[in-house]
Amino acid sequence: MSCFRLENVSYRYDKALVLNGVDLRLEPGEILGLFGHNGAGKTTSIKLILGLMTPSQGKVSVLDGEAGDPKISQYIGYLPENVMFYPQLTGREILAHFARLKGANLRQVPELLGQVGLDDAMDARVKTYSKGMRQRLGLAQALLGKPRLLMLDEPTVGLDPIATADLYRLLRTLRDDGTGVVLCSHVLPGVEPYIDRAAILTDGSLKAAGDLASLRRQANMPTTLSIEPENTVAALEAVVNNAPASAGLMMHQANGRLRVDVRPAEKMELVKALVASGEVRDLGIYEPTLEDVYVHFIGSGGLAHRGGAQ
Amino acid sequence: MNSIWTIARKELSDSLRNRWLIAIALVFATLAVGIAWFGAAASGQVGYASTPATIASLASLGIFLIPLIALLLAYDAIVGEEEGGTLLLLMTYPLSRGQLLFGKFLGHGLTLALATFIGFGVAGVAIALLVEDVAVGALTVAMLRFIVSTTLLGWSFIALAYVVSVRVSEKPIAAGLALAIWFFFVLIFDLLLLGTLVASQGEFNPELLPWLLLLNPTDIYRLLNIVTFSDSTQLSGVLSLGSDLPIGPSGLWLALVFWFVIPLTGAWALFRGRRI
Repeated sequence: MSCFRLENVSYRYDKALVLNGVDLRLEPGEILGLFGHNGAGKTTSIKLILGLMTPSQGKVSVLDGEAGDPKISQYIGYLPENVMFYPQLTGREILAHFARLKGANLRQVPELLGQVGLDDAMDARVKTYSKGMRQRLGLAQALLGKPRLLMLDEPTVGLDPIATADLYRLLRTLRDDGTGVVLCSHVLPGVEPYIDRAAILTDGSLKAAGDLASLRRQANMPTTLSIEPENTVAALEAVVNNAPASAGLMMHQANGRLRVDVRPAEKMELVKALVASGEVRDLGIYEPTLEDVYVHFIGSGGLAHRGGAQ
Repeated sequence: MNSIWTIARKELSDSLRNRWLIAIALVFATLAVGIAWFGAAASGQVGYASTPATIASLASLGIFLIPLIALLLAYDAIVGEEEGGTLLLLMTYPLSRGQLLFGKFLGHGLTLALATFIGFGVAGVAIALLVEDVAVGALTVAMLRFIVSTTLLGWSFIALAYVVSVRVSEKPIAAGLALAIWFFFVLIFDLLLLGTLVASQGEFNPELLPWLLLLNPTDIYRLLNIVTFSDSTQLSGVLSLGSDLPIGPSGLWLALVFWFVIPLTGAWALFRGRRI
């Protein structure tokens, strides 16, 4: 059973093509990061999976059923971007209302409120809540009734670092219990350690999807070595230039260290040559981060700070 | 059914929380008691006039007040959820648009029905207890008919407010349109009808004209509460057309029921086509 499966899905809003032939799936026990610039089609994809809209073309299946079917949506948790609630009701009343709608056990209400850290505020009206507290309530709402598919749109907005860490820990626990999680976020360094796979959308098309290692391979971005010389930088440069796979390497000096961009496949050979030369005092290896990969696929040259492979 | 009740329950508890229900009931009770006590003031004395006269006065005031209250209660039902950001979330729950709309209707409808029943009921009991030699049986029947027709009239305007609420995207626009609805049915419609009557100088099909009253729920409501006392001398203006209607009270009741069923169905159809 897949949590959801988009097959060649396109969506038109009026005449504009918002999604164009997207193929994407999520299996249980997996956290998928869904990334893209504003208007890339993330929210549209989520709305299609939630069954709020029907695709103009292609097939959407969710938890082996039809998107939007009440029997299916009972097992989906969703946290919208900028979640809002009825300001006159207390947190507890709101969560109880949504629990009834979802057919969830009302005993879950205080439990979840405790889990997201709203114990003390559950009987205060939501209009007195801060952004972070509303966000936590939104999270509690998404977790009602043990969802098998959890979709979170910018879940960490307004959360302090500790609450953010708590959230990610919670998502891991849920994933280990077999929940499929979709995470939309712009805080790429924050989510990087927690996602199993990433999907990058631009202008309605899926640019890349896969785990970070395979995305790095697809992007063919260089690994950066930061080397502190034992003697002189010039001696180090000579070693690098004489290495078997030195063609087209980018080198520059900074703060007395030498930085070398090397293609992933040639990295180990260069490292071996460097170590064998005895010219290396210290060596740092920097793989491209999720942010680098993202920028590579989005193709925003101005933001790229690791130019090599583009 | 469960989800419909969950939505209705929230609306009902909202109207208890913001004191709407109690305020409406109080207004109704005050109005009814006031009219009962000063009903004979026009003829130069203070005291209870008669049950038909009291009901007729109440109905005349009711056609201004009930539609206004109903529209105010319901105009933001859907557009308010959308502006508040909760509509999107609700629609991701196992809840169809129809269930949301009918739940809202049940909640708002019950609020209005309860307020009407409590407000006018209390007034009715007060009249029965305090006015000497009032025919309690006739009063009860008249009051019940008045309460039920008032509720139905309210429901029809709640349903009309929903048609607006599912269609527009901003609350102020919904409020404006709701007021326009009130203006049309309460003030303009009879004027138009009278104007047509006069301008046509009797050329207008006399068979058709009385039926036009059925196009306005407030006219049906007045007919129900005034005509049924069979004393058609009390009818003035366009209402005198009502005595030519070949349908009896049951027909009028049915027409009033249609007046909330049809707009509600229409609102449902429009809501299903709305993009969220």
